[in-house]
Amino acid sequence: MNSDKNNIIDEVTQGEYKYGFVTDIEMEMAPMGLNEDTIRFISKKKNEPDFLLEFRLKAFSYWKTMKMPQWAHLKIPEINFQDIIYYAAPKKIKELDNIDKVDPELLETFNKLGISLEEQKRLTGVAVDAIIDSVSVKTTFQDTLAKHDIIFCSFTEAVQKHPDLVKKYLGSVVTYTDNFFAALNSAVFSDGSFCYIPKGVRCPIELSTYFRINAAKTGQFERTLIIAEEGSYVSYMEGCTAPMRDENQMHAAIVEIIVMDDAEVKYSTVQNWYPGNKEGKGGIYNFVTKRGICKGKNSKISWTQVETGSAITWKYPGCILKGDNSVGEFNSVAVTNNYQQADTGSKMIHIGKNTKSTIISKGISAGHSNNSYRGLVKISKKAENSRNFSQCDSLLLGDKCGAHTFPNINVKNKSSVVEHEATTSKISDDQLFYCNQRGIDTESAIGLIVNGYAREVLKKLPMEFAVEAQKLLQISLEGSVG
Amino acid sequence: MLLNIRNLHVSIEGKEIVKGLDLSVNNGEVHAIMGPNGTGKSTLALAIAGKGEYTITQGEIIYKGKNINNMPPEDRAREGIFLGFQYPVEIPGVSITNFMRTAINEHREYKGLPPISAPEFLAKMEDKKKLVEIQSKLTNRSVNEGFSGGEKKKNEIFQMAMLEPTLSILDETDSGLDIDALRVVANGVNKLRTKENAFVIITHYQRLLEYIVPDFVHVLYDGRIVKSGGKRLAVELEEKGYDWIKKEFEMN
Repeated sequence: MNSDKNNIIDEVTQGEYKYGFVTDIEMEMAPMGLNEDTIRFISKKKNEPDFLLEFRLKAFSYWKTMKMPQWAHLKIPEINFQDIIYYAAPKKIKELDNIDKVDPELLETFNKLGISLEEQKRLTGVAVDAIIDSVSVKTTFQDTLAKHDIIFCSFTEAVQKHPDLVKKYLGSVVTYTDNFFAALNSAVFSDGSFCYIPKGVRCPIELSTYFRINAAKTGQFERTLIIAEEGSYVSYMEGCTAPMRDENQMHAAIVEIIVMDDAEVKYSTVQNWYPGNKEGKGGIYNFVTKRGICKGKNSKISWTQVETGSAITWKYPGCILKGDNSVGEFNSVAVTNNYQQADTGSKMIHIGKNTKSTIISKGISAGHSNNSYRGLVKISKKAENSRNFSQCDSLLLGDKCGAHTFPNINVKNKSSVVEHEATTSKISDDQLFYCNQRGIDTESAIGLIVNGYAREVLKKLPMEFAVEAQKLLQISLEGSVG
Repeated sequence: MLLNIRNLHVSIEGKEIVKGLDLSVNNGEVHAIMGPNGTGKSTLALAIAGKGEYTITQGEIIYKGKNINNMPPEDRAREGIFLGFQYPVEIPGVSITNFMRTAINEHREYKGLPPISAPEFLAKMEDKKKLVEIQSKLTNRSVNEGFSGGEKKKNEIFQMAMLEPTLSILDETDSGLDIDALRVVANGVNKLRTKENAFVIITHYQRLLEYIVPDFVHVLYDGRIVKSGGKRLAVELEEKGYDWIKKEFEMN
């Protein structure tokens, strides 16, 4: 039985990452390395207004005074920040206004990833902003969105067309002084998505951004900014993949969400960056700062994430619950296999009265991987009658992996209630045998059990994503019980 | 002959539990296996189903004319062997509906059939739920999670009905059941009895055998079948206990 299981592990872990191909596209790149000239190069390429160049330069000079954070439960090899290309763009995509002008190679790339940029071919109503390396390739469904005065475009376009909105909100939730990677991103970010939902508008379709790293030696530093005005609603999804390469590649993103009175933003992520091979060679270093502010009363932000990729993940999507009665949610499934490392969780900062937050974290560790939950729940003095419920579950597959929990709870008033539950479990031989006895082989049984374990989170994903996520869990983990 | 077990020896972690057991079951028959605690009844059941740590050190299990000693448990299931567990495990987050659909499709794939269609599957579920008298909402719940003892056992019978096995082994399905649940379990078995399929019912009590009338009753003691007889043997055991069997065994 045990040797059978080991065979299955080998089979699965030797399986290839499905999205590991490289597209051969002519690229325009910044010279390797990072200095003020690099930043001026990027800013000039994007024809940016002065305020943005100043923002970048300030962030850069602050970053130079900082050191890589060491507090996470991660072994991070030394990163040479001069050995990265900070800007890479497919050459032919300037001045795109219709799909016919997109490089066919690029279209093919996204088709291979299962993302059609040709609107008429899409079955479901999801608007996509496709970003390859440093720039946005194409945003679909612009007309539908324009009817509702919704702005959904690349960050670069937003800087040109809506500089006031960008100036007002950029860095308002995640300042460039927030952390090392936030400072770096603020200095060199190249593109990303921008989304503005006007007052009272319920966005009729799902919005989604698809990130793809393609070029070698490059880093991806994108920035997403979502503003939901009073009484509005939007569901936003984010997906990502990268080619298989022996060297590690850096991804450091920032997502900022601003939500006004009675508005709601749902943010879903399926993160599937290349995780490295089974010996732990290669893979993406994923350092991401995601934070939203519930600025208005009765507002709501929910983060749902399924994290299966990246060699290293460092990510704590959080909510600042400033408006009275505002609600923050964090639902996460994080899978690590082979030599992957994840240190992920959430921050819930309660400032307004009667604010509520929920954290559901489901960690799954297999192989030699390490999976940590790290969370901060802070309830300030003024946040009377606030509540938090946190549930952190870990599922271990095999006996060479690790699961860790680092909760930090800080309550400053007496009327609030904070609950924290944590469990650690293993898939038992009895569960597997029970499935086997019904005719289900061990691989499918593990898929079934893991999906059952993660169901609470998966069911919060938009339908289209849920199916993808389910398959992804199965692929990442089948047979990894040792 | 459907099942033919010859001189079977089974060890768990080096300790021999089943010590030279013979048992023959024909299609259409119901066999009851009785005996005191710790004599190897559950070990026999799990060895037939193919649980990993139950090592066959000697002898053979012949099922449908094939030696299945080394057949993986999922293939034994797909060949029509069903085990109703004494302690069914919980699988959180996996609904019975999803679980059964996965199982049925794996059976069908093994037989070279396409996956079952949604309407066909749902109709089958409704049909079998009625047959085994289980509540409709039970199948929306996660497999055995938070089930009462009775619900767990009824769920086992429901799964048996869905998978339509040729050989069903019920391991103390009656233990811990109240009289109503016992009747439901027994009715389920009786309705599923055909000329083709067979049952091996492991039980401590004669009570279940009042509802499911066996063709043969065997007494398992110290890893062997020490006495076999017709249904009257069960009544005799109920009246006299197992001591006379132990004495008889020790004298031989």
